[in-house]
Amino acid sequence: MTAPVISSASAGKEGSTGSEPGQWRPSRKAMRRQLLDYVATGVSIAAGSILLLVLASILWTLLSRGLVGLSWATLTHKMGPPGSGGGLANAIVGSVLQTGLALLMAAPVGLMCGIYLSEYGRKGNHFASAVRFVADMLMSAPSILIGLFIYQLFVVPFGHFSGFAGAVALAVLALPLIVRTTEDMLRLVPTAMREAGAALGAARWRVILFLCLRSARKGVTTGILLALARMGGETAPLLFTSLGNQTMSTDMTRPMASLPIAIYQYAGASYEDWVQLAWTGALLVTFGVLIINITVRLSSRH
Amino acid sequence: MRMTPVSRSSHRRAGFDTVFHGLLLLCSLLVLAMLGGLILLMATGGWQAFTKFGLSFFTTASWNPVKDVYGVLAPLLGTLVSTLIAMLIAVPMAFGTAFWLTYIASGRFSSIVGTTIQLLAAVPSIIFGMWGFQTIVPFIARDVQPFLNHHFRHTPIVGSLLSGPPVGTGLVTSGIILAVMIAPFITAVMVDVFSAVPPMLRESAYGLGATRWEMMRKIVVPWSRNGMIGAIVLGMGRALGETMAVTFIIGNVTTVGWSLFAPRSTVASLIALQFPESPEGSLRLSSLMALGFILMLLSCVSLILARCLRGKRQ
Repeated sequence: MTAPVISSASAGKEGSTGSEPGQWRPSRKAMRRQLLDYVATGVSIAAGSILLLVLASILWTLLSRGLVGLSWATLTHKMGPPGSGGGLANAIVGSVLQTGLALLMAAPVGLMCGIYLSEYGRKGNHFASAVRFVADMLMSAPSILIGLFIYQLFVVPFGHFSGFAGAVALAVLALPLIVRTTEDMLRLVPTAMREAGAALGAARWRVILFLCLRSARKGVTTGILLALARMGGETAPLLFTSLGNQTMSTDMTRPMASLPIAIYQYAGASYEDWVQLAWTGALLVTFGVLIINITVRLSSRH
Repeated sequence: MRMTPVSRSSHRRAGFDTVFHGLLLLCSLLVLAMLGGLILLMATGGWQAFTKFGLSFFTTASWNPVKDVYGVLAPLLGTLVSTLIAMLIAVPMAFGTAFWLTYIASGRFSSIVGTTIQLLAAVPSIIFGMWGFQTIVPFIARDVQPFLNHHFRHTPIVGSLLSGPPVGTGLVTSGIILAVMIAPFITAVMVDVFSAVPPMLRESAYGLGATRWEMMRKIVVPWSRNGMIGAIVLGMGRALGETMAVTFIIGNVTTVGWSLFAPRSTVASLIALQFPESPEGSLRLSSLMALGFILMLLSCVSLILARCLRGKRQ
């Protein structure tokens, strides 16, 4: 009696659970469905594991190749000719200066633009939706093109590469990120807060800056920090703007060294100690970026 | 009346508000101008090359600085094919990972794994290039290509795809690296999309006796199809413009051919390598700018596509 029920098996997971337990056996179709589910689960777990493995492999490669060269001398000596015991000090200083300046440029503009989008650019504002779209487009624009753009804008007219041009290129890269996170975070601020401010007689700019922005402070900072992490590892926009420099230089109007550029130049070199420096630099950059990311994610969870 | 002081202060307040509004507007205009300037500079920079070569710019396979003849076919094909390979690897990987994170793994575990995979997306692209050069390139050169060549050399079409000396650099290697670079990103968006499926629908599927995979395939996938395609297209845009990672592992030879294992070049890698050697005002620089313009167009089109597909559902 149970056989037709089992073979139809379109509704039951393991066929019929009839009143006679002794008669129960999974139909072929049910088994196939179960098997397919197992296979899909297995393949999915494998796919996720591959990604985890890749991350582990990258970290392992960086540690095993880069840790050897990590010493006080690497951090304090400037770059030099092969075999002279050069370090990465000028590249580190250059990276810090350029990303710092870039952040100083990108953060205020990005904040303002984000505020505009969230406070003035709600539904029906075509200008705001255009800005939003353009910010998305800038975010996905190939970073090397941003380098080309700034090259035309700041290197060609002045006639030489400069750390300032590099900082501007990085700022262009960070700007859309800051804009979009600021907007998203401000949107989370309840309207009641704005109404309360307005009811107390505060001007709109006061409400925005001292109520909305203050309560969205955490998310906005997260966005800015993530933008900083993104800038710290970018190479392509710096290639044609700050060029790189072998000597220690803090002059923003001259070509300036940076860690990613140093890695790029040294990784392909045929001198053993330069390649070693490239790996050490890669280790520094990656762990710097990852530490920012981990701190931000951990603190935003609570 | 006693209105005067109030109205004066409110007047000043309104004035400040206008200034503030103007300032915000200015910053927004700056963002608009940036993209406009970027596209405009690429177009004007590449104008010389476009007018000089015309349509043959797109059909010429040679990139010859000696003869001053440039064609974009080789780098463009390199970009498109390596991106295609990357998508073929990354999409199933991201889909599987998202499925695992959303419906298979337990809450706490899945959030840890999810965060870890997100860290992979934060690793700078130049690191992927170095890592690929260190691990994937020897693997392809020593193991994969000789193995495939040994078994499929005489198969009609596959054979020509595998030909070439086993150097390890090339389109397949780049595709693999690009895939692991964009997979975390696609995964993150897919997880968001999958979690947005109403629990009621999923529970109904379980209630009718569906297995987890059937619930995925018949409920979640149709429901979130647009969002998934949007995520994939966004990931594709990233792969198209990737520079540093690819420059390390593509081999940088401007040729066109069937082999997927021979060194090639992509638009972005060609710009990165040739730009420093191209003097200001030369035809070569103009051709590079034209390439940049084409790349920008590709990236814009993919973004607009992603927008249209994602916008439908939300």
